[in-house]
Amino acid sequence: MIPLSVQLSESATALCVVLILLTTFGVLGVAVLNTGLTRSRSAAHTMTASFCIFTAAALTYFVCGFAWQGFAGRPDHTFTFSGRPWGWIAAEPFFFRGIKFDGSVVSLVALFQLVSVGLAALIPLGAGADRWRLRASVVSTALLAGWTYPLFAHWVWGGGWLAQLGANYRLGYGFIDAGGSSSIQVVGGVTALSIAWILGPRSGKYSQNGIPAAIPGHNLVLAMFGCLLALVGWIALNSAGAILFAGAEGTRVVLVAINTLLTAAGASLTTACVTGVRLGKPDASLVANGWMGGLAASSAACPFVSPLFAVLIGIVAGILVPFAVEVFESRLSVDDPGGAISSHGMAGLWGVLAAGLFAKLSLPISANPSTSRQANSGQLLAQIVGIAALLGFVLPLTYGLNWLLNRVCPQRVALEGEWQGMDLHELGGGAYPEFVTRGDDFVQIPTRD
Amino acid sequence: MKFAGFLLLLSGCGVVIAAVALLAGVARAGFVAAGLGVEALGFVLVVRSHLLLEDEQG
Repeated sequence: MIPLSVQLSESATALCVVLILLTTFGVLGVAVLNTGLTRSRSAAHTMTASFCIFTAAALTYFVCGFAWQGFAGRPDHTFTFSGRPWGWIAAEPFFFRGIKFDGSVVSLVALFQLVSVGLAALIPLGAGADRWRLRASVVSTALLAGWTYPLFAHWVWGGGWLAQLGANYRLGYGFIDAGGSSSIQVVGGVTALSIAWILGPRSGKYSQNGIPAAIPGHNLVLAMFGCLLALVGWIALNSAGAILFAGAEGTRVVLVAINTLLTAAGASLTTACVTGVRLGKPDASLVANGWMGGLAASSAACPFVSPLFAVLIGIVAGILVPFAVEVFESRLSVDDPGGAISSHGMAGLWGVLAAGLFAKLSLPISANPSTSRQANSGQLLAQIVGIAALLGFVLPLTYGLNWLLNRVCPQRVALEGEWQGMDLHELGGGAYPEFVTRGDDFVQIPTRD
Repeated sequence: MKFAGFLLLLSGCGVVIAAVALLAGVARAGFVAAGLGVEALGFVLVVRSHLLLEDEQG
């Protein structure tokens, strides 16, 4: 991790700013993908919710998110355990007041996080689509962007205890994640799981016997277009993350871009093959999920692995995602219209683990020379500790926060609203007003009894 | 059951952190694996509680 005193060169700063601005394509891609995978009567609602969630995340992060997250070398709260300091939360002032906007690394980090926190916050929308109230999704986003995300991001990117596992306990270089497989993808993924559990499945999704019905997305062309937009965003996200959080030089952006593309390509093609073999024909929505899974898995290790290992990471992600989608939908009765839990959460976990298995660490990611010379022996264990923190701490935390929110502000739309469509019920108008796209939009509204 | 599941998830995380801080070598790796096992048990409980809840709600 780059010490605070290090300033990037002017060219590296300019490159970083451009990359961060391009990261917004990742946000756009996820929003478009989620919209394509929902029902036509919820399309406008999904896009509007994406917009509101992104803006709410940025504002909340500005108010208090960065104050909790901070950056390596900046003030933070620590406690001592077994004689070693454990940084658990930053101690920055609110409203970005501690940052000088002079192109310093910390100012670039603040800009980067404004976009990436929005990306993390959009992930749960894929799981809650077709039934998640707009107001509740915005408040839930504020909880994610104001507390859950900054807390874990501090541990990983802010010089917290996970990042210090190498220096304190000789676990490789400490927990590594250049582009956010953990702090963006898995945090978003476990929040998506919490939201899916709290909301419950869409009406008509499961029969009395628990058999899931297929509710296909209304526009797969839109979904695939979102995947391609996301590629641009992810290349920029991973590249900017590698420069800011892994000390990579600007020239390494080429390797990061190649690895990101190859991982996504390997994943989507593998998913096409897997679904082709299992279902007889490749499934378009699962291929889109596989592509996103490849992107999510690519982030952690993108500057640390060779292109060959990047393809391998993608192939495993491409196998993992369709099986995870099936297990969550059929065995665990979790209704996830956008496949967010599998393609961001599960693939992100694989990406974190893959960084421990395949990363060849030669970058100056630690200011401590003795740490830099250490072999990768404890790296896998450091990554596993990070996974344990995600599942054992972040999942209960985000579930608990959203469960409390659900008590105060019910998150699920009323049944008649679900049948009417989120567009008409919550926005008063649909995305496709000229077309009658589904006959049951106009049938008599059923009641629960 | 759901509460117990989340408690087990947190406990597993605690076991992992304690293993990292207090142990070394094979014992550390073993207790980290044990902590992950406790987390897996907690996850199964949470999943079971949601399945039962959905069965009750029809």
